[in-house]
Amino acid sequence: MEPGGCILIKGGRVVDPANNLDETADVLIENGVIRAVGRPEVPSDCRIIDADGLVVAPGLVDMHVHLREPGYEYKGTIASGTRSAAAGGVTSVAAMPNTRPVTDDPSVVGHVLDKARVGGVVNVYPVGAITKGLKGVELTEFGLMLEAGCVAFSDDGATVADAGVMRRALEYARAFGALIIQHAEDPSLVSEGCMNEGVTSSRLGLPGIPAESESIMVDRDIRLVQLTGGRYHVAHLSTAGALEAVAGAQAKGLPVTCEVAPHHFSLTEEAVNGYDTYAKMAPPLRSEFDRKALLEGLARGTVSAIATDHAPHDEDSKKVEFCCAANGVVGLETLLPVSLELVAGGIMTLSQCLALMTWKPARLLGIQRGVLTPGFPADVVLFDLMEAWQVDSGRLHGSARNTPFHGRKVRGRVKKTLVSGKIVFEEEKY
Amino acid sequence: MEHETTILSARETLSTLDALAARLAGTITRPDKRVVVGIRRGGAIVAQLLRDRLNHLLGRQLPLGFLDISFYRDDLNTVGPNPVVAPTDLEMDIDDKRIVLVDDVLFTGRTIRAGLNALFDYGRPERVDLLVLVDRGCRQLPIQPDFAGLVMNAGRNETVKLVTGPEGWKVVLKQVKRAS
Amino acid sequence: MSANHWNRKHLLSMRDIGRGEILSILDTAASFREVNHRDIKKVPTLRGKTIINLFYENSTRTRTSFELAGKRMSADVINMSVASSSVKKGETLIDTLATLQAMNPDVVVVRHSESGAQEFLARNLNAAIINAGDGRHAHPTQALLDILTIHDHLPNMGREDFQGLKVAICGDILHSRVARSNAQGLATMGAEVRFVGPPTLIPAKVEEAFNVKVFHRMEEGIAGVNVVMMLRLQQERMAKAYVPSIREYFHYWGLTKQRLALASATAIVMHPGPMNRGVEIASEVADDLERSVILKQVANGLAIRMAVLYRLCTPGSRS
Repeated sequence: MEPGGCILIKGGRVVDPANNLDETADVLIENGVIRAVGRPEVPSDCRIIDADGLVVAPGLVDMHVHLREPGYEYKGTIASGTRSAAAGGVTSVAAMPNTRPVTDDPSVVGHVLDKARVGGVVNVYPVGAITKGLKGVELTEFGLMLEAGCVAFSDDGATVADAGVMRRALEYARAFGALIIQHAEDPSLVSEGCMNEGVTSSRLGLPGIPAESESIMVDRDIRLVQLTGGRYHVAHLSTAGALEAVAGAQAKGLPVTCEVAPHHFSLTEEAVNGYDTYAKMAPPLRSEFDRKALLEGLARGTVSAIATDHAPHDEDSKKVEFCCAANGVVGLETLLPVSLELVAGGIMTLSQCLALMTWKPARLLGIQRGVLTPGFPADVVLFDLMEAWQVDSGRLHGSARNTPFHGRKVRGRVKKTLVSGKIVFEEEKY
Repeated sequence: MEHETTILSARETLSTLDALAARLAGTITRPDKRVVVGIRRGGAIVAQLLRDRLNHLLGRQLPLGFLDISFYRDDLNTVGPNPVVAPTDLEMDIDDKRIVLVDDVLFTGRTIRAGLNALFDYGRPERVDLLVLVDRGCRQLPIQPDFAGLVMNAGRNETVKLVTGPEGWKVVLKQVKRAS
Repeated sequence: MSANHWNRKHLLSMRDIGRGEILSILDTAASFREVNHRDIKKVPTLRGKTIINLFYENSTRTRTSFELAGKRMSADVINMSVASSSVKKGETLIDTLATLQAMNPDVVVVRHSESGAQEFLARNLNAAIINAGDGRHAHPTQALLDILTIHDHLPNMGREDFQGLKVAICGDILHSRVARSNAQGLATMGAEVRFVGPPTLIPAKVEEAFNVKVFHRMEEGIAGVNVVMMLRLQQERMAKAYVPSIREYFHYWGLTKQRLALASATAIVMHPGPMNRGVEIASEVADDLERSVILKQVANGLAIRMAVLYRLCTPGSRS
């Protein structure tokens, strides 16, 4: 597609939650930018994409992704991760800083952005570390890293466990209005645990992680938000207790938000039966009680985003004893269909569901994405809402295979993904 | 429906046993050395019935033992699923004894081979005589009975079994589909 | 008796093992007990079969028991001990797998410090896998030998079967694979199982997970029971704040003569070994041959392991 070209996405069901739009319409794209939505006049040389029978939505925004580059290229690269994103209809990803070296310095931010410009197929937004080396001791240069292109700060993979350090982070971030994203798991309660503590862990004889390891950390952090006024976001929230704490903070008007991952609202600890290391991640899959609470939180609007915590791993890290296996699952290519189960299940409308994967996370990160507003970059996904398919770990587009959804029958198939008006993914024709 | 023919009726089975006991008793010169050992499960039944008759004929109690040969089979990979294992019961000392090894039906000879191996793990008998109720042929090993109640030629696709019915123990012949 | 069938390739845990399967092992073990009492303690049953004892954790007792079981059945038994330090690196299991595959064993007996390691091997290896203990998860041959030992004593207790038999498993339940496998196996046999120990050493939601009753006080837990099964308390539990001291542990949860008097008059005392005298059990109880069946457990262990090897090597087990 030549720059300056013109594309008309014709006759689809355009769902743009930010603009409260859900109707059959055309989307006109010029020079990589949304020009008009509705029944626009079309220039004569315009390329037509027939979207009859498809949903046309803003490209998805995933605010929690591990691209593994630099340092862990054997698990995944910016190229393979963004390819996977494009296949899942995701056009913008926030890249977590637990790379090697850690994204704790403006130079690493620059490196990630350079790599993304060359090899990436979707927009990459680096998240900077809160503390140097993710060690939980010294703060990183929030200001300089924001200038270099960071969109938020997190020690994800590790928890900022020291209350004093978290207090300073929230305080200092206020100077820049920066978002602090916490991986909330109290390390002393996690201890040697490798799955949720409950009936399944007791049966399998695996050391358990109590749900309180998360809620205690969120409770504490919310008090620190009250103290400091910093913007605080809970990553991959997984428990009823933590959700209740977030809802309480929001009721008080505190700047507290949270995201949930598809695996946490669609699977439970029982997926670990058989010691399946593809069902191992941090925080772990929880009980049915917690899962139901997450669904309620999604329905009530306590949750601001659905994010995958996409974490590709090499096979060697997963083909080991359960407790020795690496934490993490891939999720970019199953984000949309698994989230659409919320719509099919009557938890929320399609527009509400897409909002959690478009403008809401975009607004949290302060990025100009996730909308089909004229003048904005033309990031668009076209998908068939009802097409049924079966997840096959062997047919994922990224390099890793570690999905907990292998074999799951889902609905909702991505047909085309556009980033700034350029087609970056088209469903293979068989 | 598989076809079943009676080879020895309950009455004939008992009379065959009577005759076997009489023939065997006639050859016994040292009853103090005699021990009757039945191979589980059919041979154990025959041994019991035979021993009762010998006790009567000889006027003394002969020791009786039972041998389970499950652990001595040469065909572990071809025995049917879930073989029934029962304990061997050889309380008596068998060193220098004259053993009457008893089985119900003599077929390939493999059971007797296993029985002899098992027996020799318990001691060193002076001699072993083999007594069977029916010798049905089809031998695969050089083993012959010293005493047989009935000698017949059954085909490879036929099975000869000691079974219990309302009238008592009898011997029947059945057609079987043999999975090779 | 012919309804007692064994129909599985591996023995990984006691979960899902049916009553008939347990009985088929007990029946077979009775025959092997006879073999173990004669002058020539060897049968040719497993001639030409290769058994590998793969031990990632030291356990002289269990390894010796399996080794002797295999040898008494004329199998070729090879011991492989893998240093536990290299296990933490995570690569050993998959590497060992390739080595094992090349040796084409019939049975691999595995002891491992991580729960679930045997399931991983069973998925990736052609051989039959016997779990000789994995982490906190399962130790099925221990449960089977304990069930056999209890079975032997049922007549003394005036009972015909396990129905309604009260069994108290006491001590460090949290870290115990023996407790888990016994709870499952004994429940299958119809016994009523209790877990007794300090709250810090009882796993989460254990009543639901194992269909047991939980008691935190020894006196209540062993009142009227027919079997008292004591578990070993590892010394390192003190360091991780599970219990404050050996002195306090023994004071409240140790099995003494006075406490044992609260159990049924014909109750037996069991211990999977090795014992910590003065920690979980008083010497006067451990050595009381009227009540303690600990040495009988060891003898039964050999017969049970022979029976399990026999059942896994006969074709009915290939489902």
